[in-house]
Amino acid sequence: MKFTGRMWIFEDKNINTDQIFPGKYTYDPLTPEQMADHAMEDYLPTFANEVKKGDILITGKNFGSGSSREQAVTCLKAAGVAAVVGVSFGRIFYRNAINNAFPLLLCPQAATFIFKNKESLKDEKIKVDLVEGTISIKDKNFKFPSLKGEALSIFKAGGLLEYSKQKLKEK
Amino acid sequence: MIQKIISNVSGIKKPEEGSIVFVEPHRILTHDNSAAIISKFRTIGARKVWNPEKIFIALDHAVPPPDEKKAANHKKIRHFVNEQNIKYFYDCGAGICHQLLAQEGHVIPGVVIFGSDSHTTSHGALGAAGIPIGRTEAASIWAIGQTWLKVPETIKINLEGELAINVFAKDVILQIIGKMRSDGASYKAVEFHGSATENFSISERLTLCNMVAEMDGKAGMFPADKITDKYLENRALDPYKKVLPDQEASYISEESFNLNEITPVVSKPHNVDNVSPISELSEIEVDVGLLGTCTNGRNDDLEAAAKVLKGKKIKKGVRLLVYPASQTVLLEGMKSGVIQTLVESGGELAVPACGPCLGAYGGCLAPGETAISSANRNFKGRMGCKEDTSIYLGSPATVAASVLEGKIVEPPKEVF
Ligand code: SF4
Repeated sequence: MKFTGRMWIFEDKNINTDQIFPGKYTYDPLTPEQMADHAMEDYLPTFANEVKKGDILITGKNFGSGSSREQAVTCLKAAGVAAVVGVSFGRIFYRNAINNAFPLLLCPQAATFIFKNKESLKDEKIKVDLVEGTISIKDKNFKFPSLKGEALSIFKAGGLLEYSKQKLKEK
Repeated sequence: MIQKIISNVSGIKKPEEGSIVFVEPHRILTHDNSAAIISKFRTIGARKVWNPEKIFIALDHAVPPPDEKKAANHKKIRHFVNEQNIKYFYDCGAGICHQLLAQEGHVIPGVVIFGSDSHTTSHGALGAAGIPIGRTEAASIWAIGQTWLKVPETIKINLEGELAINVFAKDVILQIIGKMRSDGASYKAVEFHGSATENFSISERLTLCNMVAEMDGKAGMFPADKITDKYLENRALDPYKKVLPDQEASYISEESFNLNEITPVVSKPHNVDNVSPISELSEIEVDVGLLGTCTNGRNDDLEAAAKVLKGKKIKKGVRLLVYPASQTVLLEGMKSGVIQTLVESGGELAVPACGPCLGAYGGCLAPGETAISSANRNFKGRMGCKEDTSIYLGSPATVAASVLEGKIVEPPKEVF
């Protein structure tokens, strides 16, 4: 699983699930594509229009903090975001990402490097290798811890729904 | 303590911190989000839920439904409840899910409660492990009866001393979050200890554990004691055995707070950890006060507000929204006269439910407005409008005092 993408640099810490996906839409029955139209709405209203398939977010401390709302993951995934490289993530957001097979890469070194050099790097592309656990930008390489055990099985199955389907069949 | 609970329910003798185990919950809580979870449940290919007696559903997030979409959600959920013989279903008007789960005896010490709502941490107030999960996981638990859990490390918080008369559990937890920050307990459980905990009622413990979610904790817990037993007498739906932390239990870190030093505080916009003593604020005018939510919508909360408001009128041009946390709370408040006081002072009484706490209906802000709220979150846009709005969080007494004055002030001491 290797891919290359444009970067969105969100250095602020504690960007929460309300900013990623506003509460007022949470009880409207929306498809993932409709959710994507509201991605990051309360943080950067222009994001949903400008994001392209394969883009990668570079985020600050505690990205996805706050609510258990899974749409915060679903809307980013449906918007085409390929991965998020972050300093740290909110707990439930992180769980939801695993359960939806959406790659959150915990790599404070890479994120901090990008924040420091954001002016010179902003038009660069970033390369991710999920299996090797590496991130590369220009001539810099970083390692991140890859998933293990049960979390990896869920991710590999394509998410918890698929994984549970298999489990249910085994029963 | 959480390790011992996980050990009990997973059958693994000494689950290592950081290891992943599969556990079956004592209850799984969902609310209006059940509609979306039902679709996921069907996608898995499941026909029957694993155990209809362990599933708890309460309708509270959009009650009564403000539009046809939300009404249709409720209809879909009712249909599912009937089809699957779900035993514990609370329809619109019964109250907020977390309040009902505790109040109706579903939560007992020593069990794991999963909830598809971030404030499931509340249930640690009764010595259980209340763990928030997402919607996909809730669907998966409905189908296969278990989900994965990473065994967390635990932070110990010692509370000593006594609160001043106009300082409340809410002020304590805001003070704690202000110090520990909004990611201070990420991936970790939080245990409350110290001599002051002996004086905390279950309602106050619920307030503290509820807001552990705001420092990203996996669970917030009070070891069960006499107060827990008393609360559960004639209430617990199942027999229980307390699970207490070992004397030699290890903690990843410890924090201590002296309650004597805490003054009335608020969280300033737009983060819960942005905490300031009210005495240090410049003059902040408010347009609306919200009294209620799963954090502070119980009888002791409404009563504290009523003491402040008794015989007075809220400031002209200011609104006060009153959302009791459950029908039982409402009925009790009617009997005690607390509701009468709140309404006479100018409060708008609403159906027991979440209300504008999540900004979907029932008292949303207009652009440029400021709220003082007894809820647990003050994120930008949380009360339905992000344009130049501000939400301050405080105790119910602070909410009451502030709507009287039309600006954020400390609760007066002489009324308590
Ligand atoms: S009252 Fe607010 S915080 Fe509590 S469950 Fe309802 S929406 Fe969530």
